This record gives sequence, C-alpha cells and structure tokens, in this order.
Amino acid sequence: MVSIENLHKKFNKNVVLSGVDLNISEGGIFAILGPNGSGKTTLIKSILGMVIPNKGTINVLGKNIKNSASYRHEIDYLPQIANFPNNLKVKELIKMIKDLRENTNEDQRLIELFTLQPFLDKKLGNLSGGTKQKVNLVLTFMFNSPLIILDEPTTGLDPISLIRLKDLIQAEKAKGKTILITSHIMSFVEEVSDEIVFLLEGQIYFRGSILELKNKTNQPDFEHAIASILT
Amino acid sequence: MKKLLFFLTAILMAYHTYTQNIEVCGTCSVPTLKKAISIAKDFDTILVKKGTYKEHDILVNKPLTIIGKNYPVIDGEQKGEIITVTSDNVTIDGLFIINVGTSYTEDYAAIRVRKSKNFVIQNLVLEKLFFGIYLEKSRDGKVFHNKIIGDAIEEYNSGNGIQLWYSKNIEIEHNFIQHVRDGIYLEFSDDCLIKNNVSANNLRYGLHFMFSNNDIYQDNIFEKNGAGVAVMFSKKIKMLNNIFKENWGTASYGMLLKEINDAEIMGNTFEENTIGINIEGSNRIVYKNNNFINNGWAVKVRGACYTNSFIENNFLYNSFDISYNSKINDNVFNKNYWTSYTGYDLDKDGIGDVPYRPVKLFSYIVNRTPETIILLRSLFIDIIDFSEKVSPVFTPDNLLDKNPLIKRITW
Amino acid sequence: MLKILKYSFFDLMRSRWSYVYFAFYLLLGVVLLFLNNDLSKAVITLMNIIIVLVPLIGTIFGVMYYYNSKEFTELLLAQPLKRSSIFLGQYLGVAISLSMSLILGLGIPFIAYGLFKSNAIWDFSLLLVTGTFLTLIFTALAFNIALNNENKIKGFGYAILLWLFLAIIYDGLFLMSLVLFEDYPLDKLSLIGSMLNPIDLSRTLILLKLDISALLGYTGAVFKKFFGTNFGFIISFIILTIWVIFPVLRIVLKSKKKDF
Repeated sequence: MVSIENLHKKFNKNVVLSGVDLNISEGGIFAILGPNGSGKTTLIKSILGMVIPNKGTINVLGKNIKNSASYRHEIDYLPQIANFPNNLKVKELIKMIKDLRENTNEDQRLIELFTLQPFLDKKLGNLSGGTKQKVNLVLTFMFNSPLIILDEPTTGLDPISLIRLKDLIQAEKAKGKTILITSHIMSFVEEVSDEIVFLLEGQIYFRGSILELKNKTNQPDFEHAIASILT
Repeated sequence: MKKLLFFLTAILMAYHTYTQNIEVCGTCSVPTLKKAISIAKDFDTILVKKGTYKEHDILVNKPLTIIGKNYPVIDGEQKGEIITVTSDNVTIDGLFIINVGTSYTEDYAAIRVRKSKNFVIQNLVLEKLFFGIYLEKSRDGKVFHNKIIGDAIEEYNSGNGIQLWYSKNIEIEHNFIQHVRDGIYLEFSDDCLIKNNVSANNLRYGLHFMFSNNDIYQDNIFEKNGAGVAVMFSKKIKMLNNIFKENWGTASYGMLLKEINDAEIMGNTFEENTIGINIEGSNRIVYKNNNFINNGWAVKVRGACYTNSFIENNFLYNSFDISYNSKINDNVFNKNYWTSYTGYDLDKDGIGDVPYRPVKLFSYIVNRTPETIILLRSLFIDIIDFSEKVSPVFTPDNLLDKNPLIKRITW
Repeated sequence: MLKILKYSFFDLMRSRWSYVYFAFYLLLGVVLLFLNNDLSKAVITLMNIIIVLVPLIGTIFGVMYYYNSKEFTELLLAQPLKRSSIFLGQYLGVAISLSMSLILGLGIPFIAYGLFKSNAIWDFSLLLVTGTFLTLIFTALAFNIALNNENKIKGFGYAILLWLFLAIIYDGLFLMSLVLFEDYPLDKLSLIGSMLNPIDLSRTLILLKLDISALLGYTGAVFKKFFGTNFGFIISFIILTIWVIFPVLRIVLKSKKKDF
C-alpha cells in the first residue's frame, strides 16, 4: 500500500526524519506513535505530498508520488487541526470538497451519525472545536478511498462521537482498507490499532503489534511500554 | 482698321468719364495686367476678369485700383516677384496670386509695397508663395481679409505670410495665414494694429515682432504654430484678447518675450501649449485677466525679469504654474486663481487664508535636468514638492501669491 | 484551477474587504466627477490615486489573503489537486476580485456620468487597463513574499517595504541618479529607469496620454520616438505582461518546493 525508502527531511538545520524505511501492507490499522517532534506529522505529510522530502522515495499503491497529485484520489486525510475558511458555511464546505474531488452520498449518513444537521447553515468560524472536528471527520470519511490517514482524530470529540468514530474506523477496516492513525491517546491506539510504528529521533524505533512491544519492553501494559522506550 | 477702331473707342471712353475703367481678360484687347497698367492713367480702375494670367514683375507705379472679378489667377510661374507697388494710393483687391519664385538671395513676394502710402490690399488669396505680402518702408496702409496659404516645409527656404519692414501705421485685419514661416512678421515697424487674424500651422511663429514699438495686436488666434508668438526687443506692445493654442513640441511656447519692456498683456488665453509664456529679460510688464489652461508650463521665467506683475489671472490645470531658474524674485503675483491651490478660506472673503507658492521644487529640478520630467506626478515628487512648500530652500521664498482667489475669475 | 479560482473568488466576493474596496472606488469616482465636473481632469486625479493605491492594496490584500486562507490551502493540499492549480487559482481569485472592484467601482460612476459620449473614454480605459495590470503584478508579488515567509508579521513588513520601494524610494533613487549624471546623455537611462518599475511604467504610459504636451515638449528625441509611437506602447504592455508572468511563474515554482 505504502512503501517508504530511506526518507530524509530537515527543516532548515533541524533534522526531522533521517532514513525512514517503512512498508505498510494492504488492510489493517496502523498507529504511528512517537514523542512530540519525533516526525509523525512530517511522515504523514510526506506521504500526502505536503512536505517535500530531501531524499528518499515514497510509493503509494505502487506509484512514486513525486510530482504527482492524482494519487491523492486514493487517500482520505483528516488533518490535525481542523481550521477551515471562516466565512464558509458547513454545507458549502462539504459541497465544495465534493465538487473538488468526486460526488458522493455518504455525507448524508455521516452528518446524521455525528448529528451535524443543526450546524449545516452555520459559518465555520462560529463552530466550536469539537463540532469542527466532526465536520472534519465527515469530509474525510465521505469518500471511499483505499487509504485513510487520520492525524489526531480524537481531538475535541465528546464520548458519544468517539464511540461513533471507533465504529467508523472498524467498519472501514472491515472493508479491507488501510488506515494510518497518529494519536496521543494511548487507550485509543491500543483499542483500535493492529500494528504500531514507533518513531524516535527521526527513525523507526519499533514496528510490530502491541503484544510484541509489551514483550520486548517487559511491561504489562501499553502505556508503560511506551514510557519505557522514552526513558 | 482694327487699330483705328481701338483708338476711337479709347478716345470715346476717355471722353466719357474722368477716371476710366480698363477691363482685362484673356480675349479682350487688353489681355494682360501689365498692358492695362501701362495704358492706365492715374486713379484709373483696372478690372481683371476671371481667367489665368501668366505674369510676373508687374510694376504698379501709378495710383491705381486693381480689382479682380471672380478671383482671376495671376500665375507667376515661379519666375520671381509678381506685383510690386511703388506708388501711393494703390488698391489691390480680389486676386488669386500663385507661384511666387523662390530665391536664396532675394525675398520675392506675391505683392510688395515699397516706399508707398495709403495703400489697401484686400480680399486676396495667395498660394504657392515665398513671401506673401511684403511692406517695405511704407506707411498708412491697410491689409484686410487676405487668405495666405503656403506650403512651407523648411525654415531656410520659406518666407513669411505678411512681412513689415520699416513700416508705420499699418492695419492688418481679418487675415488668415497658414503654412508659411512666420505668419506675420514686423521688423522696425511701429504703431501698427494687428487684429482678428488667424495664424495657424506656421513653421516658426504665428506672429513675430523685432525692434518694433507701440504696436497693438488683439483678438487674434494663434494655433499650432512652431512657436506661437515671439515678441523681441520691442517696447510698449499691447497684447489683448488673443488666443494662443496648441503650440507644442520641443522648446515650443504660446508666447516668447525677449527684451520686452512696458508691455500690457491682458485678456489672453493660453491653452495647451508646452510653455504658455516664456519670459526672458523683460521688465515692467502687466499680466492681467489672462487664462492659462492645460499648459505644460503656464509661465516660464528665465531670468533678468524685474517689476512684472501678474494680477487676476486664472491658472487652470497646468503641469507647472510658474517656473523660475533663479532664487531672486522681483515680480508680483496677486489675486490670481490657481487650481492647484489647496488652502482654505475661513473668513469667506473669497481670498485664500494661506498664501500660494506657484513655484514647485520639481520645476526647479526639471529646469536643471530636463529628463527628470519623466517623474512627473510620481508620489516621491509630490512629497518633495510638499516639503519645499512648507519650507522653501531652492525656490525664491518671497515668490508667493498672498491673496490667492478661491473661485475662478470671470471678467 | 478554475474550481479553486471560483471558490477563492466567491470567498472574496463575500468578504467585507471587497465591498470596502469597491465602495471606496465608487465613492472616489462619484466625488471626483461631481466635484470636478470635468471628465478628463477627473481622469488625471484618478491616475495619481490609482498609481499609488492599487499597488498598495494589491500587496496588502495579497499577503493578507494568503495568510488568512492558510487552513483552506492545507485542506486543498490534501486533495487530489496540483499545487500549481491551488496557488494559481487562489492568486487569480484575489487578483480578479480586486480588479473587478476597481473596474466596477470606477466604471459605474463614469458610465453614469456619460463616459461613452466623451473622448476621455480612451484615457479612462487605459487607466483601468494599467490599474488591472498593477493589481495582477502586485498581488503576484505579494503571494511571492507570503510564500517565502511563514511569519505573518515579517511577510507584511516585506510587502509594505516592497510597496514603499517601488512607489517612492525607487523614484527618489531614479531622480538622484538623473541629477547626478546630468552631464551625460540621459535619454536612455531615463527610458530604462521608467521601464524597470511597473509603477513608473504605468504612470508614464498614462501621462503620455494625458500631459503629453509637457512631456514630449521637453525631453529628448529617444523618448518621443519611444513613447510617442505604437511600438513604444506595445513594448510597454509587453513589459507589464512580463512583470505579471515572472512573479506568477515564481509562485508556481516556489509552491512546488514548499513544505506545508
């Protein structure tokens, strides 16, 4: 699905990624973890083509993504902070994104799922953080792409919406999709992910299932296992 | 037999009237103007019928009235001067004179009046000419309603429309002159009146004075000439109600004053000239009630000008109102209306409460380095002009109109 | 690109700044015409304002729009869209909405006043065409500045500096060099000098149509030949076009290499 070879990226003098090799096969949920500034977002943005690597190649669905935009038809991306053009209405934003990508009817179901109907005619600038995140989720899940990338999907969500989100992720997984997630909420990661990729100082420190991580670090629970890597 | 018949009729006519009428036409017994003059007696009238007469060097040496009927053509075939008047009391009327000879040594004219008095030259049409009407050491004459249309291309081989040389008390009215070197040229000619003429599209000047005093020119229109009107080395000239329009080009101007003293310039309109009036070495001149509209420079003072006064003129939309090239000012500006005046009138007396400075710093810079004109109307220039206005450094600080008017003056 | 252009354009058309800009020009046109009562004079005053204000507003607006729509841009970047289409679309959206405000804002009062019956129509059209060019140029320059500076304050600072330089400082330096080298033939220098700065070029173009007497009467033959002819006119517009194309090209190139 996604294969990354020898990926290097630095911003000015600050090295963020130094030689990341990663192969993600089709199907399943992968969590990309790491401390602040370990390069999680940079890695995701590199896959999305928003960050241009200094070195290395990225293939998505077998195609090199360099200087290409059309491969993003195969990706649904949930950005970290949901900041949208403030003077657009929710309805208009959804319509616009559909116009830019492709038409779909999935949005109706998702709007109902997150009970967004009362907000459709409001301007995005007037929405709370949580509501914006729900809109963000609608925009991401309304397309039926084989690769889904979620950057901090839980931010600002109330418990009910969180449950809905988890269901949604599982449903997508059941369709055989590949899902990349970054999150700081370890319980969430533990609950949804099949495999984790741990980034440390710009390199992949660990890759495998949560069980393997627990065994490797000799820790009984996931959170402590992570903490032991960092100390 | 024929000769006898002619002789008899001649005697009969002589008997009949005191002054006789001689008719000239191509098929008449008098086929040329020259012949007619030769047989005419003093104060006779010669009627020239419609037709073409190829003649030149016609000498009018007796007091005659020569009248063309329906504009007969006198064609000089470019061989030299066409009519020369040397007698007093000659009237020439209604001829169409063409093809005056061109020479670099002699000033051939369509009509020359030499040392004569009381002549009238009117209703003529002159074309393809070198000099048009040339008045030489003559006086008390009238030049009315003539149309002079030249085809001058270069200054050095073209002549003037109406030229006066050492002539006095001549009235020049309602003439229309175009495409010659100088429309009207006066040299050493005093007490002349030049009125209601139109002088346009001439190579050099519409009207040109040299060493001529006490002349008046009024109600004339000078348009699109090389350089409007030049008044040089003359005294006490009155310039009234003339229009100076569209004289533009390198170093072009509506009016040039050079070494002029005690003149009066009133009621004139200077519109769309590169320079409205260009003044050099001219003193004690009164400028009053003139309109300066849309000129590059309304008035350009080039130095050595003293005790001139500019009173109650309108300065409308000129790129520069006044330009000076020195820091000394002895001229008075009072009660003019300036469109670029930005002051206010709190006491509502129609006079701005803040004096107006008509000289901009930029005009001083342009005088020094003409190419800087390319920066006209740029924001930077506005800024330096403003700072100069607030505290004058380069321009004469006493050069101001203390009573700028708030409304355009009408008179 | 057209879709992005459409959304940026409508986004801007809805923002109150477009209305402010539009209303400003509308008011300006009305005040000038009905106070002056002279169409060709109004055109001259308008030129003074356009030459200074259009670049300023183009720059500020361009920078502001770029920073304000950063989130929108990031949203778009994750979509299957080419970067060049995203940025060109946004750029054109800003430039066109600004140009529209200018053209409509000034055009309406002038047409109401009876422009079509006047011979000032050519001067006025020239004014609008150069105004549009200036908008295109300075919005593009603003996008360049914003693309280069993540820091908003810095970006605004550079944008203002750029405007100050081209609108004022450049002319100061130009004037100084002309006065300094006055002993040499300056025709060509002044010609080149006025060609290099889009503001000066626009000003010269309009001036030649308005104050032509003063200008042509006084400067050298090179000028007369150049600006007086169709050739010069066409060259001037080609240079203005180049002034649009280069910054736009740089937007495309720079945006390709930039990280978001």
